[in-house]
Amino acid sequence: MTALTSAGTVLASSSSSPLAFWSYFRDHLHEDLTFLWDHVYLSLLPVVIGLLISLPLGYVAHRFRWTYPPIISITGLLYTIPSIALFVIVPPLFGLKALDPKQVPIALTIYSVALLTRVVADGLSSVPEETRLAATAMGYGQLRRLVGVELPIAAPVIAAGLRVATVSNVSLVAIAGTIGLDNLGRLFDIGIQLSTPTPYYPPIVLGIILCVLLALTFDGLIVFGNRVLTPWRRAVAR
Amino acid sequence: MIRFESVTKQYPDGTVAVSDLEFEAASGEITVLVGPSGCGKTTSLRMINRLIEPTSGRIWLDDEDTAKIKPAQLRRGIGYVIQRAGLFPHRTVLDNIATVPLLTGQNKKHARARAMELLERVGLDPAFAKRYPAQLSGGQQQRVGVARALAADPPVMLLDEPFSAVDPVVREQLQNEFLRLQAELHKTIVFVTHDIDEAIKLGDKVAVLRVGGRLAQFATPAELLSRPVDSFVAGFVGRDRGYRALGFAEAGALPLSGESPARLGEKVRAARERARDDWALVVDAEQRPQGWLAVGGLPDDALDGEITADLLNLGGTLARESGTLREALDAALSSPSGRGVIVHDDGTFAGTVSASQVLARIEERAAGVRREAVDAAAAERGRAPAGTWAGDEP
Repeated sequence: MTALTSAGTVLASSSSSPLAFWSYFRDHLHEDLTFLWDHVYLSLLPVVIGLLISLPLGYVAHRFRWTYPPIISITGLLYTIPSIALFVIVPPLFGLKALDPKQVPIALTIYSVALLTRVVADGLSSVPEETRLAATAMGYGQLRRLVGVELPIAAPVIAAGLRVATVSNVSLVAIAGTIGLDNLGRLFDIGIQLSTPTPYYPPIVLGIILCVLLALTFDGLIVFGNRVLTPWRRAVAR
Repeated sequence: MIRFESVTKQYPDGTVAVSDLEFEAASGEITVLVGPSGCGKTTSLRMINRLIEPTSGRIWLDDEDTAKIKPAQLRRGIGYVIQRAGLFPHRTVLDNIATVPLLTGQNKKHARARAMELLERVGLDPAFAKRYPAQLSGGQQQRVGVARALAADPPVMLLDEPFSAVDPVVREQLQNEFLRLQAELHKTIVFVTHDIDEAIKLGDKVAVLRVGGRLAQFATPAELLSRPVDSFVAGFVGRDRGYRALGFAEAGALPLSGESPARLGEKVRAARERARDDWALVVDAEQRPQGWLAVGGLPDDALDGEITADLLNLGGTLARESGTLREALDAALSSPSGRGVIVHDDGTFAGTVSASQVLARIEERAAGVRREAVDAAAAERGRAPAGTWAGDEP
């Protein structure tokens, strides 16, 4: 495994102090950046696909009230499946080989759907009834009303859900690293393997720092995007 | 013209919201639907633009059956204003107003220019254009709601309790401006309210509905006040209806008394010489009444002073020469001198009238109304008109 070969060079060049993560990062720059990039798209892609699936599901749950309890309970239950179990069970369910690169995005998409369906349904229900009525009475068709009026008004609620889903994905992707799939989680795997017989912290600390920075960056980007897209929310009576 | 042809709305649970409703809202007029809650007035209104589909019956828009027009197309030709405006919170005031033109694919620049015109037309400052609805007061939002409904210049407008959610002072303003707008635009308007006073003030015709969506009476406001068709309508129209009915009775040529008014800026002494019963009317340079000046028991130094606006009693209301008996009576009753001030339509002084003179006119008119009612009742029973009230005879 590549981890062991790279680990060999580590031992020769670095101290095992937790604070040595920076020199570890410089020494394995190429590998670490590859992990980082994998982590980026593995965290984001499922949220995007999950949102695309959640929009129609959430719309149905909002539009036909009787479907709300079953849809929200079932998608909610998906979230209770432990992540490690889900990673393992996805390949046989979807006819993939073990350690297929599609395994992580599929599992995380399931989690994103679990989080976002409810958020989309509740966001759409937060649109004031008189606004909906006025739109219909002005001659909006259903699809145009959804895209032009309801979704923009629901956007802040959906954005809040996106923040939770994205940050949660950043941490869940790392778990997939421990079963051997490339992303920042691999740094924990490497650290554990290098910790015999004495603890070796630098890759673990680096993994934690990069995960936290990544989560903060994504969160900040969503908050910023939401601010730019919803100037009306900051408009208050003067 | 909007015509209801035996329209019924029954919900799946059996509730009848509207029952066999028939009436015609004439073109260019305001038709008000009024009644207690549960009378189906809002349901009736929403059936016009097919937000609700009738169970049976037809609604005609001029000579077209609305059931045969595609809902979205029908609605773009009908302005709609609701309580609390229902503005789009995520769009600026200007884009809210331009909604329908933009929806129908009109050029953005043109639609916004038109929206700007409408903003001013409904009495809002152009500075509001770039604001969001949350930055406006309830009354301002409602004005934007009216502008939005007018944007595509639809011949028909539906208003559902548009002024109910604002305070009484703003409501009165909005009502007056609404009437002013309608005088310019001549839209065919159906207006829903639960407030009978609003119905009487705004309606050319008023349809009183009772619970279950049955039409109790369809009449002009004056008719409604003077001849409620049954005890339900009488009760709904409420107290003081005799007095309020005077608001629809033209005063006609009242016997005006002359008055020699004093002018602002003249000496108080001059006013005293012309006063009657110690009260002198004061007008400005254009002969417009400004108020009454009490000249009784003034010390000599006050007599040498000039007449200024702050010396005047402003208690009296002014009645227009072409106004109603209610205005004239109110002018007489509210005047500190007991002499009601009547003005020409341009606001210049015409003469004064006393309460007893107005009452004599009211008496005269009431006698005429009674005679008519007796004739009508007699005609209904197929008898020759009688001079006495046949029903009173033992």
